[in-house]
Amino acid sequence: MTDTELDAWIDLGTAALGIAVQPDWRAEIRAHLKFTLGRAEVVLAFALPDEADPAPVFRA
Amino acid sequence: MTDVAFLTAAEIAHKVTHGSLAATDVIDATLDRIAQHDPALNSFTAVTAERARARAAVIDAARQAGQTVGPLAGVPFAVKNLIDIAGLPTVAGSRINRDHPPAKDDATLVVRLERAGAILVGALNMGEYAYDFTGENAHDGAAHNPHDLTRMTGGSSSGSGGSVAGGLVPIALGSDTNGSIRVPASFCGIFGLKPTYGRLSRAGSFPFVSSLDHLGPLARSVVDLALAYDAMQGPDPYDPVCVDRPIELVTEQLDSGIAGLRIAVATGYFRTGAEPEALAALDHVAVALNARTQIELPEAARARAAAYVITTAEGAALHLDRLRTRAADFDPDVRDRLIAGALVPAVFVQQAQKFRRWYRNEILKLFDGVDAILAPATPCTAPLIGQKTFVLDGTEMPLRPNIGIYTQPISFIGLPVVAVPVALGNSLPIGVQIITAPWREDVALRIAHDLESRGVVYVAQPPN
Repeated sequence: MTDTELDAWIDLGTAALGIAVQPDWRAEIRAHLKFTLGRAEVVLAFALPDEADPAPVFRA
Repeated sequence: MTDVAFLTAAEIAHKVTHGSLAATDVIDATLDRIAQHDPALNSFTAVTAERARARAAVIDAARQAGQTVGPLAGVPFAVKNLIDIAGLPTVAGSRINRDHPPAKDDATLVVRLERAGAILVGALNMGEYAYDFTGENAHDGAAHNPHDLTRMTGGSSSGSGGSVAGGLVPIALGSDTNGSIRVPASFCGIFGLKPTYGRLSRAGSFPFVSSLDHLGPLARSVVDLALAYDAMQGPDPYDPVCVDRPIELVTEQLDSGIAGLRIAVATGYFRTGAEPEALAALDHVAVALNARTQIELPEAARARAAAYVITTAEGAALHLDRLRTRAADFDPDVRDRLIAGALVPAVFVQQAQKFRRWYRNEILKLFDGVDAILAPATPCTAPLIGQKTFVLDGTEMPLRPNIGIYTQPISFIGLPVVAVPVALGNSLPIGVQIITAPWREDVALRIAHDLESRGVVYVAQPPN
């Protein structure tokens, strides 16, 4: 994902969430978002069966 | 004045119990030492002197009356400032929480330690909202490593590491979501216990990532870790994660040795990227334990990635309202990570939680064949305060998010770990993780105690 695409994600996402981002915060936010999406890509690349239960278990 | 600076908790409790040292003298000496040395260490954010003196007087009176004073009688301790202390706002390293009303009650673990005779002396510095491995804090200043004041303590339990290593208190409590007990234990050269997820109550502590949050002790001896851990065990209806499990005391088991235990060394991911000091420390411990089996933790890198995703998204959800209304009041290093975390799609987090269960099941199979696994605690010794990057596996990486590469894959599935300190030559200390199966803190503590009793691992006293 390019920096321009990441910036668009930041603009839309923070607007939707009601977070006002100052211009001098953007570079750090972009770097963290890029790194996190990279980690997520690693997670998503692992095939899990549809039946796989997530770790947290709620008991009524 | 009595010098209690580097006495262990067990030594203090023994002296207080037998009347050769008054708890009031212990507290006077402790408060005096904090006043003298904490300006340089910056471990404490609040000192509860009046409360501590009153509590000490109660302990001394009880002993003189022939009453039982507890296994931690007169032992000073302090807690990371995300743990409730009645009468103080629980700031969690933030500016924002200073506006919170004072806590009405002490956290469960504070109550339990004091029930065992220990005496709370204050609240400790930490990385803001626990999203930190460095020990730096924009509001309270960085905690300083007692072994070299220009270096980081590690975080986020920064004051917990600095205060124990600096001889201000023998026991401190910290929290560990991705490594925040084990990292400062490693950088400050002390022992740290991250118990099994759900073992110790978190009630009365400010959360970070409920899926991954643990509380636990840091200390200068394994016996002290065990004494504190034993005093804090037990179910708690106020923490839904805390299990309804019988108390399993370990202090009396420490001397039972390690004969028959199968100990392996983590390889692959856990030997990649580490500085020579980290690998030398690991090999030093492995040789002493005759641990020759190499073991690969499957998908450890992916586990770390999944922990990262869950942490940033769940942490952002916790702080969303504060990000909306008071973003400028955050520590900038924390704020920008949390805003990025708020933008992570829920589907990624859900997949990470599914992977978490898969990974747990795979790792538990390893414990059919071994009782403990050794791994580095940190990839390097304490970096300089202010350092922003370091070289990891040949690549320059941001320091703050990456110090926990070896701790995250372990806390991700809640395994108990004792971090033990290694000091080789004149180099700074560095920690090694002793990792065991869920609920087997006893095994990790027995191995740590064996290493300590043979002088393989020890807490080096820092320069004055």
